[in-house]
Amino acid sequence: MNTNFNQKQILETIRMIKIHHLDIRTTTLSLSLRDCCSNDTKKTAAKIYDKIIKYASNLVKFANEIENEYSIPIVNKRIALTPISLIGESCDDVDYVYIAKAIDKAGSEVGVDFIGGFSALVDKGFTKGDLRFFEQIPEALAQTNKLCSSVNLGTSKAGVNMDAVLKTADVIKKTAELTKDNDSIGAAKFVCFCNAVTDNPFMAGAFCGINEAECALNIGVSGPGVVSSAIEQLDKTADFGEVANIIKKMAFKITTTGELIGRRLAKKLNIPFGVIDLSLAPTPLRGDSVAEIFKAMGLEHAGAHGTTMALAMLNDAVKKGGIMASSYVGGLSGAFIPVSEDAGMIEAAKIGSLTIDKLEAMTSVCSVGLDMIAISGDTPNSTIAGIIADEMAIGMINKKTTAVRIIPVIGKKEGEVAEFGGLLGSAPIMKVNSYSSEVFVNRGGRVPAPLHSLNN
Amino acid sequence: MENNENNQIIITVTGKDKVGIVSSVSNSLAEHKVNIEDIKQTIMQDNFVMIMLCNIEKMEVSFKEFKDDILKLSDELGMEIWVQKKEIFDKMHTI
Repeated sequence: MNTNFNQKQILETIRMIKIHHLDIRTTTLSLSLRDCCSNDTKKTAAKIYDKIIKYASNLVKFANEIENEYSIPIVNKRIALTPISLIGESCDDVDYVYIAKAIDKAGSEVGVDFIGGFSALVDKGFTKGDLRFFEQIPEALAQTNKLCSSVNLGTSKAGVNMDAVLKTADVIKKTAELTKDNDSIGAAKFVCFCNAVTDNPFMAGAFCGINEAECALNIGVSGPGVVSSAIEQLDKTADFGEVANIIKKMAFKITTTGELIGRRLAKKLNIPFGVIDLSLAPTPLRGDSVAEIFKAMGLEHAGAHGTTMALAMLNDAVKKGGIMASSYVGGLSGAFIPVSEDAGMIEAAKIGSLTIDKLEAMTSVCSVGLDMIAISGDTPNSTIAGIIADEMAIGMINKKTTAVRIIPVIGKKEGEVAEFGGLLGSAPIMKVNSYSSEVFVNRGGRVPAPLHSLNN
Repeated sequence: MENNENNQIIITVTGKDKVGIVSSVSNSLAEHKVNIEDIKQTIMQDNFVMIMLCNIEKMEVSFKEFKDDILKLSDELGMEIWVQKKEIFDKMHTI
């Protein structure tokens, strides 16, 4: 039996948890619903409900027990389902809103924070079922609380479905309108992707890919505060090699902790451990911010020139440090840059240091994309489609996952602030380019798959 | 509980130094049949810091009940007490 312990390491761990907000951001149960298809909406919804209850009834209880044993917060417990567009499609006259409500009810019953997978994969085209699904997303999000929805609009192999881009802009706007009494929060539970991943534990985009096993437990860790505090302790003249090294060390520590918690919980639930997402996910709390890492590196505010480089280095070092700590790494892996969920980003956006254009540049090197950005509620749908198209282009050409989670806050304009509450935080309404994208986004069709050689 | 390394826990007590901290904590551990395998205690920046390596192999209550009792004691003593499975430190700090 190992009777050694190191006082310094113990106090460091406690400090990481207590002061720098190290936590397990999410334990996400990935659950296949491929056996829930039928030709009747009610029957399919009942099968889905029963399966969620069967597999997830102990998720929250056991997660709370593990949290207590190791004294590390597990902030969210979530479920990711097979894309519902696929499961509902074989029903006669399918009612996706009915299925959505059954899923939401099951989510409440088992006590999870969010339940994702109200999703469709349309990067190459629509089926009849997909078209119906898109029509019903806004109503489904407006009538549920925990449900999250995502759509995949493009891939590096297939190109980008521009018809779907335009429809997605309509979905976002309609969802925002249906939830306008709560600062259009419905749109915060919807995300569109290029190159969506099948084992992502993070919302709103988590779903259980069709290639995934019956069930698995995926983990998303967090700890931007741990990284920023470690960098702050370096001398201001420490070079980038040293900065990268300290980030790698911290990423290793964060990830081994996530792997331990994930494996313990998976064992307790008697399901396989899936992947760990090597992530730095902020919260609106002070000291739990990715933007503060940029400050620690020496930028006055997020958005200052140099931010893209800072993020690129951070993202790469996080992956390098984390990869050593786990056998199975997956999901989105990297640093998230949501605006409303990060105190430093909110501040930078409020003072005008951080703009949508700069954020777009940053998404070419971050883990995902334009995330939790509030814009004026009267932004034309074609402009939203243009924003999505640009983000899809970055993902498609660079063979990376990109995403857009944007909230046109109905009734609010630039200079005002949208309040979403909880982990979703608050966001200043950001300025978008006022020139029209109307003719461009209405061309429709599919942007052909790009060439992956002759790189420049 | 089975006899393995997963039964090892670390108890960290910090706060303002006063008479009787060690005895209060170790009495409570004895009542719960929790064995102390090692103790390190120092004063850091005027703060009392005690770290105990314990084994819960023979403990008869659940981990939660035990921890709740210790946390109750921490309120009584006015000290901060952390109770954690040792595994988290081993994993975090070793390759």
